Amino acid sequence: MSLRHADVEVGTELPEQTFRVRRLDLVRYAGASGDFNPIHWNERFAKSVGLPDVIAHGMFTMAEAGRVLTDWTGDPGCVVDYSVRFSAPVVVPDDDEGADITVGGKVKAKNDDGTVNVLLTARSGGAKVLAKSTAVVRLA
Amino acid sequence: MPSPARRRVWAVAPFDLDFRPGERSARRAVRVSGPFPGQKDQERETVAINAEYIGREYPAPEPYEVTRGKIREFAEAINDPNPVYVDRAAAEAAGYPDVIAPPTFPVILGMAGSAYAVADPELGVDFSRVVHGDQSFHYSRPLRAGDVLTAVTRITDVKTLGGNGMLTLETVATAADGEHVVTAGMMLVVRGE
Repeated sequence: MSLRHADVEVGTELPEQTFRVRRLDLVRYAGASGDFNPIHWNERFAKSVGLPDVIAHGMFTMAEAGRVLTDWTGDPGCVVDYSVRFSAPVVVPDDDEGADITVGGKVKAKNDDGTVNVLLTARSGGAKVLAKSTAVVRLA
Repeated sequence: MPSPARRRVWAVAPFDLDFRPGERSARRAVRVSGPFPGQKDQERETVAINAEYIGREYPAPEPYEVTRGKIREFAEAINDPNPVYVDRAAAEAAGYPDVIAPPTFPVILGMAGSAYAVADPELGVDFSRVVHGDQSFHYSRPLRAGDVLTAVTRITDVKTLGGNGMLTLETVATAADGEHVVTAGMMLVVRGE
């Protein structure tokens, strides 16, 4: 069941979700996406280039934030525009806990062409990990 | 109230415009102001990318085939259980001819395109210092299984900010019939020392 344009108002909040990310998730994401940059799986390398530890792929965070959007709309094919800036790294320690990414969102504008503008927020370890994270979705 | 004169601009330096024609990008030792008031000036190795490369294109050597198996692998990697990514009947019920790909799936094309640029010896980018700065997607429609996409990646901007090089790339993917499917924009930060 897809969300309808008529059901949404400016200020409508998207249900917040928290996603767990462990080293295994990064290895799996590296394989699926083709991004094998060692800062995402090799602690020795990450530290040698000045990072605190292995960090998650920015695109993994963007994908999880996208889930909050597409779980809300019901139809992932309704996304017209989606852009983010990576403002802080998601640091993923080598333990069974990993890190949490908490994503929320809010409708910022409702447009006459059947689309709405959504602002997404993502936090991890007390830091805002996405900035200027916006999407335009076309609703039924 | 602090005087406006105390505010420093940690910003674009003129030295990235000093390239001679054909000169490759480089890391250069330069003297820069500290980012905060009172901080000493310091020697810092700065990454500068030659602006002459704006507009350079990197066409993918062969079309990219979007398959059900790759979409499933990607959806599982982002732990997204939405059935339209894996169940053809669910995708058809939602109005699609086959399973569709998650919104960030086309990063596969953008990542491949950026790899061609990063590997370009004239551009002179050190891959080990690359961090993803921002990402955007503009979709004409979702990618779906069966798509055969032609991708061209183009350098749209280069600048130097705070000692870091910034490389902006745009990858345009079109279907076999010439229909625009998605444009992926990516800014890479090449970190200075």
